[in-house]
Formats: sequence, C-alpha cells, structure tokens
Amino acid sequence: MLKLPIYLDYSATTPVDPRVTQAMIPWLTERFGNPASRSHAFGWEAEAAVEEARENVAALVGAEPREIIWTSGATESDNLAIKGAAHFYRDKGRHVVTVKTEHKAVLDTVRELEREGYAATYLDVRENGLVDLDVLRAALRPDTSVVSVMLVNNEIGVIQPIKEIGAICREKGIVFHVDAAQATGKVAIDLKNLPVDLMSFSAHKTYGPKGIGALYVRRKPRARLEAQVHGGGHERGLRSGTLPTHQIVGMGEAFRLAREEMADELPRIRALRDRLLAGISGIEATYVNGDLEHRVAHNLNVSFAYVEGESLMMAIKDIAVSSGSACTSASLEPSYVLRALGREDELAHSSIRFTLGRFTTAEETDYAVELLKAKVAKLRDLSPLWEMVQAGIDPATVQWSAR
Amino acid sequence: MTYSNEVLDHYENPRNAGSFGQDEEGVATGMVGAPACGDVMKLQIKVGKDGVIEDARFKTYGCGSAIASSSLVTEWVKGKTLDEALSIKNSQIAEELALPPVKIHCSVLAEDAIRAAVADYRKKHGEQ
Repeated sequence: MLKLPIYLDYSATTPVDPRVTQAMIPWLTERFGNPASRSHAFGWEAEAAVEEARENVAALVGAEPREIIWTSGATESDNLAIKGAAHFYRDKGRHVVTVKTEHKAVLDTVRELEREGYAATYLDVRENGLVDLDVLRAALRPDTSVVSVMLVNNEIGVIQPIKEIGAICREKGIVFHVDAAQATGKVAIDLKNLPVDLMSFSAHKTYGPKGIGALYVRRKPRARLEAQVHGGGHERGLRSGTLPTHQIVGMGEAFRLAREEMADELPRIRALRDRLLAGISGIEATYVNGDLEHRVAHNLNVSFAYVEGESLMMAIKDIAVSSGSACTSASLEPSYVLRALGREDELAHSSIRFTLGRFTTAEETDYAVELLKAKVAKLRDLSPLWEMVQAGIDPATVQWSAR
Repeated sequence: MTYSNEVLDHYENPRNAGSFGQDEEGVATGMVGAPACGDVMKLQIKVGKDGVIEDARFKTYGCGSAIASSSLVTEWVKGKTLDEALSIKNSQIAEELALPPVKIHCSVLAEDAIRAAVADYRKKHGEQ
C-alpha cells in the first residue's frame, strides 16, 4: 500500500539509513567516552571510532583522512572555508568571487565579508544554470583571494565544471572552495585529481544524521585557514569543540554506504527520475529548469505555466516537494536561483523541485505524475490565463493593471 | 499556511466556475489583477431584463484564498441588483472566509472584480 504523503524532497534532507542508526546507537550509550580523553579506554575507543569515520569520509571523496575536519554541517564548513581563507589571505587581497545561484550558506557568508570591507563579485550563470568559464575569468582580479562555487546546485541539480574552474584558480594562485553538500553519493568526487583546496560536506543529505558535516582542507599544496571557532584546539586548532562521536560515526557509516552502493543506486534513481520526467512531459506547457545533461540523477525541477504556486502546493499536499514560485504572491517568494537563469520575464508559472532518493519507488513517482496531471488540469480549468492561451492570446502581451 | 474550512470548501468545490459565452445576452465581464502579482480574477455576471443579476461565473489564477474569494462572490451577487452588488465590501468577504491579514488583498481583488463587471455592464448598456 502506498503511504501518503510521499516524500520527494531528498535534497532538503534524507532519512537516516537504518544501518547508520544502528551504527550510531552504541556511541550514545555504553561507549560514551570523549574522544579527546587520552587517559583511559573510554576515550581511546571513541577516538578510534572517530578516526575510522574520518577514513570513510575521506575515502568517498579521494582525500586523505587528515585532510578532513569535522564541523556541525555544510553551513559551518562554508563559513570556515570562506571566512577562514579570506581572513588568512587578507594581506594578499580582499576580493571574493562566487555565483548568484549558490546556497545561502555561501552567499550570506560572502555578504558578511563585504560588511567587513571585502569586495565581492556574484557571477551570473548561463540559462542552463552553469557557470561560464569566460565570465569567471573576466571577474578575477589581482586581489582575488577566494573563489567559491558549488558542485551540485540544490534547486536545479546542475553539476558545475569545478575541475575547469579549479584549474583557472590554481593558475592564478587563488584559493578554490567547493560546497559539495548536495553532491556526496550523487557524483563521483576524486580530490586527488581535482584542483580544489577546500570542500564542504554534510551528512544529512546522504542518509546520515543532521548536525554533522566536514570540511576538506588540502595538504598539498596546503590550504591555509584562520579558525572561526576557538577553544580546546580540536581538529588541529581549526575547529574547537568536543567531537560528537555518535554523529561522526553516523556520517562515516553513511559515507561508507554511499561509496559501496552508489554505482548500483544511481542508475536505479535515474530511471525513476526519467520515468517521472516522461510522465510530467505529458502535461502541456511545462518545462524543465536547468541543464538536463550536466545534472545529478535524482533531481527534477519543472515549471508549470499558468498555474499559481501556492494553489498548486495546496492541491498536491499528498506529495512532499519544494516549490519556488516565479511570481510575487504574498506568501511564496520567487526563487533567486530560477531568476538567475533569466526566467523572471516568465511571470505566470510556478516551479516544483522533485528530488528522489534511496527509498523512492516507481509506484510513488507514478502516483505523483497522476496527481500532478489531475491538479494542474483542474487549476488550469479555473485559470483565466489558461483560457486566454487556449483562445490564442498570450497573457504576456496584455496590459495588466498593477495594483 | 493553514486555511480556514471556508476557504478549503470553496477551493475544493468552487461554485460557478467557468465562463459565459461572450455574446450571451446580458453578460458583462470584469478582469482584475495581474499575473506578475500572482492573482488574476475574471468575474462574469449575467443580468436579466429586470436589472437583477441572474447568474455569475468566475475564473481565477491565484492562491487558494483568491479562488475562494471569487467563488464566494459569484454566490453573493446572484439575485442582487447592480447597486446591491456594488454594496458588497471586501471586509464581508474576508470575514466570511476568515482570511488572515496576509490574504486580505484577495478579498479586495474580489470586490474590485464586482466593480469591474458592473462597470462593463453599464458601459455596454449606456448607463452611468
């Protein structure tokens, strides 16, 4: 039996894999030691568990264990990477470059640097959501110290060309940070062969627990940072604070499972996503946002023309999805990511992000397709804009009275 | 966003949704709002020879509250003269549907739709 509502919002968060939960539990109960306790077995076994987890996280991304620093999540990793590098290299230059479609954890961190007196450039993307390398090159200045570009976009799932971007940064001696929160277990990452200095990770987007993440800090050539959290000098002084053993074990196990299973899992999820796409493509006047080629397997972001976002969300409450409305109705903010794709002139549509995952079934995606077909048809039946379109009038050419 | 039962009822079972034919006797149309603002309402009234609104239809692009406001208005204008219809206030609509403050603009738009439809009728029939 189908259980409602259906979860199709895996890019918001994923359930913790039951195998991960099992691995975590002992570290909350009998094995509760502080990994920093050097004087007894409680501490030793906790430290060993933390280091094993570090190896598992490093192995998924082709890093060395000692290049992994534990944090509370990708937001903290982004803050540590961008502020930490910008502060360390403040005498070299005070210009930071990022992209308009980045996550708020990056954008707001760069804004904070601007408040501190740094200059920042926010790059436009092409219509398909990808960074244009020529635009990036043109934005770099002699005083540029940090460039931050995400690997996988959280809304439209496009994969940025980080290898090429990293090569440009390397050539100019600029620190390159990559937010990979949405990428682990979804795309192969091999930091041995990627010119990336700093990379942010999150556990809870990859079937691990919330509240734990990591930052990769390259050793050769060494990426330098100023700590943002001070205290007992944990994590080589880069991030103080008692290590949450259970969370770390959970992230390690989640990343180990991702490494072992992604080769089998991704084709299955891609087939489901394509089945969903094929079903939705049967609805008139819909279009996919973001490049379909350079895109993770589990993401689909679709705009439905002449359907208002809030009423659509109300109509499809049996599926849990994310919405970015392209209009300025009172309660739904337009998506800045979609606006950056140049979709601001397409006023009368609403977009929905479907993100599939480890526990999604064909029965669930089929249900979603049928629900959308019925509800979009119902709302269009009610829509005076759709009526105009059917009569051959483009609502965009009508003189509307703005209130 | 939580909706009142009244809004949910009109949203799930819209009253008088649809359109009259353009050339039908006594039909007038009011279209208000803009796609850029997230709301467009089309209200049509059908006025009898005695000057009483016999029937009404709506189509609305907008949130649940906007759909409910226009659906409600089609029920309320029926059986009223044009002047009586014009006396319907947005505050009555908002109260009937228990609209929260952020959705009051939906009731304002519905009131505007009545005015626009009545104005269209009077224009067509040379009344002032």
